[in-house]
Amino acid sequence: MTTQRIIDDVIREFLVESHENLDRIDSDLLELEQGNGTPELLASVFRGIHTIKGTCGFLGLSHLETVAHRGENLLSLLRDGVLQPTPAITDALLKTVDAIREILATIEETGEEGTCDYTELLRTLEVLADPNAASEPEPAPEPAVEAAPEPVADTPAATEPPPAEAEAPPAPEPAPAPVAAVPAPAVAPAPAANTPPPAAATPKPAPRPAASAGSEAEGQARPSVSETTIRVDVGLLDRVMNLVGELVLARNRILQFAPHVEDNSFANASQRLNLLTTELQEGVMKTRMQPIGNVWNKLPRVVRDLCHSCGKDVDLELDGTETELDRTIIEAIKDPLTHAVRNALDHGIETPAVRTAAGKPPKGRLLLRAYHEGGQVNIEIIDDGAGVNTEKVKNRAIERGLVSAERASQLSDREIAHFIFNPGFSTAAAVTNVSGRGVGMDVVKTNVEKIGGSVDINSVQGSGTTLRIKIPLTLAIIPALIVTSQEERFAIPQVNLLELVRLEGEQAKAGIERLYGTTLYRLRGELLPLVFLDEALQLADAHGEELPEVLNIVVLQADDRQFGLVVDSISDTEEIVVKPLGKELKGLNAFAGATIMGDGQVALILDVIGLAGRASLLQGGKTQQLVDEANAAEGADRENQEALLLFATGDDTRMAMPLSMVARLEELDASTIESTGGQMVVQYRGEILPLIDLTEPSARNTDGTGPLNVIVYSVGDRSVGFIVQRIIDTVDETLSVRYPVRRRGTLGAAVIQGRVTDLLDVEGVLRDTDPYFFSTVEAA
Amino acid sequence: MTAAEALHPRCTRQVCTFTVGDLVFGVDVKSVYEVIRAQEMTRVPMAPPVVRGLINLRGRIVTAVDMRARLQFPALDSEQDPMNVVVHSDEGAVSLLVDEIGDVLDVDSAWQEPTPATLSPVIRDLVESVYKLDACLLLVLDPKTITDVVGLGARG
Repeated sequence: MTTQRIIDDVIREFLVESHENLDRIDSDLLELEQGNGTPELLASVFRGIHTIKGTCGFLGLSHLETVAHRGENLLSLLRDGVLQPTPAITDALLKTVDAIREILATIEETGEEGTCDYTELLRTLEVLADPNAASEPEPAPEPAVEAAPEPVADTPAATEPPPAEAEAPPAPEPAPAPVAAVPAPAVAPAPAANTPPPAAATPKPAPRPAASAGSEAEGQARPSVSETTIRVDVGLLDRVMNLVGELVLARNRILQFAPHVEDNSFANASQRLNLLTTELQEGVMKTRMQPIGNVWNKLPRVVRDLCHSCGKDVDLELDGTETELDRTIIEAIKDPLTHAVRNALDHGIETPAVRTAAGKPPKGRLLLRAYHEGGQVNIEIIDDGAGVNTEKVKNRAIERGLVSAERASQLSDREIAHFIFNPGFSTAAAVTNVSGRGVGMDVVKTNVEKIGGSVDINSVQGSGTTLRIKIPLTLAIIPALIVTSQEERFAIPQVNLLELVRLEGEQAKAGIERLYGTTLYRLRGELLPLVFLDEALQLADAHGEELPEVLNIVVLQADDRQFGLVVDSISDTEEIVVKPLGKELKGLNAFAGATIMGDGQVALILDVIGLAGRASLLQGGKTQQLVDEANAAEGADRENQEALLLFATGDDTRMAMPLSMVARLEELDASTIESTGGQMVVQYRGEILPLIDLTEPSARNTDGTGPLNVIVYSVGDRSVGFIVQRIIDTVDETLSVRYPVRRRGTLGAAVIQGRVTDLLDVEGVLRDTDPYFFSTVEAA
Repeated sequence: MTAAEALHPRCTRQVCTFTVGDLVFGVDVKSVYEVIRAQEMTRVPMAPPVVRGLINLRGRIVTAVDMRARLQFPALDSEQDPMNVVVHSDEGAVSLLVDEIGDVLDVDSAWQEPTPATLSPVIRDLVESVYKLDACLLLVLDPKTITDVVGLGARG
């Protein structure tokens, strides 16, 4: 039981260590391929492989050992200058690294080496090691082969004899390493099967001297590096971080006392506590930060392999590898980043032939840049490839029903490029093994957005694409606005915040309209739906017609919609530490988490999108539209839907006009109305705006004062204002039920919101009052 | 020796006891994180009625579950502050708001009784085992089921 435990621990340690080794070997080999093969580099690769081989020897992993051993043989020849690195050799070595990774993964999963057959790889390594392929059997691997069936249940070794037998004696004077390592497998397998601890003890000395023999002079420098760093459990760091947070709060309380205490030494002590805590906090925060290079160091390999398989030639440049990010974020962007790079290589950069034809250098360029900006980290993936083919993307988008052809023609190139972020969107003619399945860019976008980041694409057809990913520095701490509603504090993440509006007294009443249970505020002419936070959270009953004296409106962005959140008071922005809610509260979509405020109290963090969803503001939004349009059944229905402005011209007369015809909604004072040639006009924005009164005589404001609601309609440079009694609402409505009954100035009637509503015949009304209105527009 | 005893050899366990209403409950000490006095709480709008609020336990945010509401007892007098028994389960810590804290008792498995059929179903669902003490019946709760308030439905 316990010995098994020890073995498990040893193996786990071995896996972690080997993965680190392999990563370094990978990057070293790539450098080697670039022709920078210094002896130190070769020695480093050799050492890496050798360590793996040595360790697996006494762990009884014979299969893995054989693979590592062959690789090591080849490397020793390189290191000793017997062979010169060629692409074929590097390729074989990289494949060896892959094979080792594969076996390690199997061990991690099943605890055994698995039965993958690497005969071919072994053969290649051997041929490379000795082109003359001497067939004299080498005694060294023999014990490994024999021993293999013992500790491993399967018989992977059975496939190996041919290469083993053909094993070439490594060059006249091979490094002492392979020879020194021989005893290791010979001793290890037998005891490993039954009495592991002694086994681990016995062979240990064997690989060690070999390793030091291999490293020789540089051996001095290495240990110092590993001695200055230690591995720490992330959970422990998180706990320390939490405690430091608490310490900060305790410090804050003490600092509050300090001015009231006359004792000088207390003031000094609290001052010192303050300084130390701040420094401690910074230090602990730093332990969680990692340079982005940790993710990027995998990319050269990805790029190299992709280039090989696509027949492209690309220079990868990394800029800002030292940019630091919280480790949770590093973890989260790993996949999206790899996706984006693959995408840039496969779709972006062209083959050398195409590039030359387009007058570009045959070698493509892929630049990754990371830098801090405004409390965020920007990562740019810049390629000088073909760019996004907007025509192709546009056609595909129309084909897939993401956008109507008419709308597509109005979209900018940038907006069109954004279609590639739609799930399943691909313009690739054929699915390659790299990409083209259409699961690339939407993964990038969703993953980045999940951690509060954003993705933007900027593409110039023919000369390249820039993908810009903006992500927060850390997930744990975000800037937030603190608001109060019904004595409760809430935090609103700053990313959702657009602006703050404060309305007082008359202004509050005039700007607000309450219509059918929804409240609207006209913010610079745009109707902004208002949500009362206390109402939405059921902290208070509906406000009804009674409005507070002062309205504090927090204008927020949720998806593609904006809305105003009415709160009792707005405090300040603060950096808050986000903590998750317990599972008992997971169902509440109005909250994104909780945080602890400076006074030690807990405050809830509002989930803006969830809140908007609760107030059903997101219906009819873009997302909804996309879903609708994709849905063929409802697609036809959608065509007839139109955004309409509802207004009243009399106490019970409701009219509607298409919202697209409305330029602005204005409130004018009746006393400002003047007249010219029997036409009511008003001075509006430095022009003379003719007014047409649509209100019924009974509802008309006859005393010449008071506010008038005016809908401004513009065609070309001409505008006209329609005076109505009041504005009711905007709706998206399918105009299915039309009554052809026509009265002057209407197109007919329809049922909107369950009430009969006349449709204003804008053009007809204009022709009636000014027959030349449209002709002057045309002339102009 | 009865069959039950043969299956479960005698053993003792430590149980942290507390009262809610006139019943004595307990939680295995191994799952008790700590016992603290009434804390300032932040209420959570629209939360299930049994969730009284959130408390700050040295930087951890812990949900406080009102045991009176959970057991469908009438609410405690407003002057009387409930005590917090913070228990941890696999999915984090939860604070149980109880009337009063009792002792930590060593209970013997020999005292274990089948759950009385007369207990209300609400309580029966939460009880993991029942022990017959000299003065009363000790109902040992399963912390996992207490926090399982999802089924109780959120308001709104």
